[in-house]
Amino acid sequence: MRPVCEVQVLTKRIIACLDVDNGRVVKGVQFVNLRDAGDPAECALAHARDGADEIVLLDITATSDKRRTMLDIVARTARGLFIPFTVGGGIRELADAAAVFEAGADKIAINTAAVKDPSLIGKIAARFGSQAVVVAIDARRVNGGRGGFEVFVAGGRIATGRDAEQWAREAATCGAGEILLTSMDRDGMQSGFDCELVRIVADAVSIPVIASGGAGSAQHFIDVFDINNGRADAALAASIFHFGIDNIAQLKSELRAARVLVRWPC
Amino acid sequence: MSSFKTMSAFKTNGPTPTIAIVDYGAGNLNSVKKAFDYLGAKTIVTSRPETVAAADKIVLPGVGHFSALGDLDNTGLREAVLQGVRAGKPLFGICLGMQWLFEGSDEAPKCVGAGILAGRCQAFPSSVKSPHVGWNSLKPRGDSCLLRGVAPDSFVYYTHSFHAPVVDATTATTEYGALFSSVVERENVFGVQFHPEKSSDVGLRVLRNFCEAGL
Repeated sequence: MRPVCEVQVLTKRIIACLDVDNGRVVKGVQFVNLRDAGDPAECALAHARDGADEIVLLDITATSDKRRTMLDIVARTARGLFIPFTVGGGIRELADAAAVFEAGADKIAINTAAVKDPSLIGKIAARFGSQAVVVAIDARRVNGGRGGFEVFVAGGRIATGRDAEQWAREAATCGAGEILLTSMDRDGMQSGFDCELVRIVADAVSIPVIASGGAGSAQHFIDVFDINNGRADAALAASIFHFGIDNIAQLKSELRAARVLVRWPC
Repeated sequence: MSSFKTMSAFKTNGPTPTIAIVDYGAGNLNSVKKAFDYLGAKTIVTSRPETVAAADKIVLPGVGHFSALGDLDNTGLREAVLQGVRAGKPLFGICLGMQWLFEGSDEAPKCVGAGILAGRCQAFPSSVKSPHVGWNSLKPRGDSCLLRGVAPDSFVYYTHSFHAPVVDATTATTEYGALFSSVVERENVFGVQFHPEKSSDVGLRVLRNFCEAGL
């Protein structure tokens, strides 16, 4: 599946992720220990001004009674945002996706519902186009990686017994436009992306793969984009952008210095 | 987000022109409408040929599969759009809407494009990943109304699997496995392969240039 020739003309995307709980942006470590990081709409606009190439908003504790609140947040966030905007969390059927698009999202991310019923991917793609369907995969190493990578659902709470590479392949075949691949082992650790996981999935599918989990320094992004390492098309981070540890413009200038092609000026 | 100026200083003496955003049932048109509205333009999303006929300018957006454009033929929208073009109204095709300006696309060989521009849209070569998703740069080629005020090599956001050939009307190209038309302009007909509504300040500038075209 991997292109033989790799003349890089397309930029590597830096995606800012907002995990939203109860209407606030939060960030945890390995999916727990949440800290408050601000208002979603304000955070999204700040990241966009700072040079983010896309915004992803994930409702991490989505329940049906909170869905209306979430749609309001999506609408408020989308209003002044003129870069691609993805929304995930709690999307269980076509009607949920349609409501999120109606509120102003450009793409939706589905995880648990897609594992339960892969045909949902094709249903949403048929109506809104494949480019609007991101399949999010949360994966964890089995026996330190010797047993491969297992897919988890329900916010990392339920093991599925499924292999991440195989699931990514199936999702792409079903009509996914992109894969958002999160390493649960690295989530919030700031110790670097799981480049092995990312490379395995990037090699398995022809659609773009967004690496997530573990961003902590510019070098981590350089590694995950490297054709000899992670081979990611885009990388997503939350923690490092929220607490002023780094900003995206600074990150991009370091990537440029390392000859990684990024959107610039941003 | 944007520091980009809105069009409160819209250069017009008469009433604000109405822009019809053609809804032929494919994809999500909210982002396109939202961006025009942000700029102070007067838009109406419509699937009715008579509303298209009554508008001053026409936008043909589009995401998804080229075959979706077949619905233009079945609904009378195709004729309404082409009549508007013949009457000199500015037409702006975005993404799939730009591809429709050509004769057709290998994505749906039976589906006939407008044929305003010569040539057919093709898939990307197997040497690159497809679809082409992300920010890529514009290389200007000759005079352009849409790119007024846009610096050469500016980045814009793409998401597509098929691409249009480079023709006389091409005013910017982009490279991804092949060189393709990213902006086309011929008299009152305009098109962009990228998504101006998702391309930050550069995209807003392109939309604003279209709003001001022909005023």
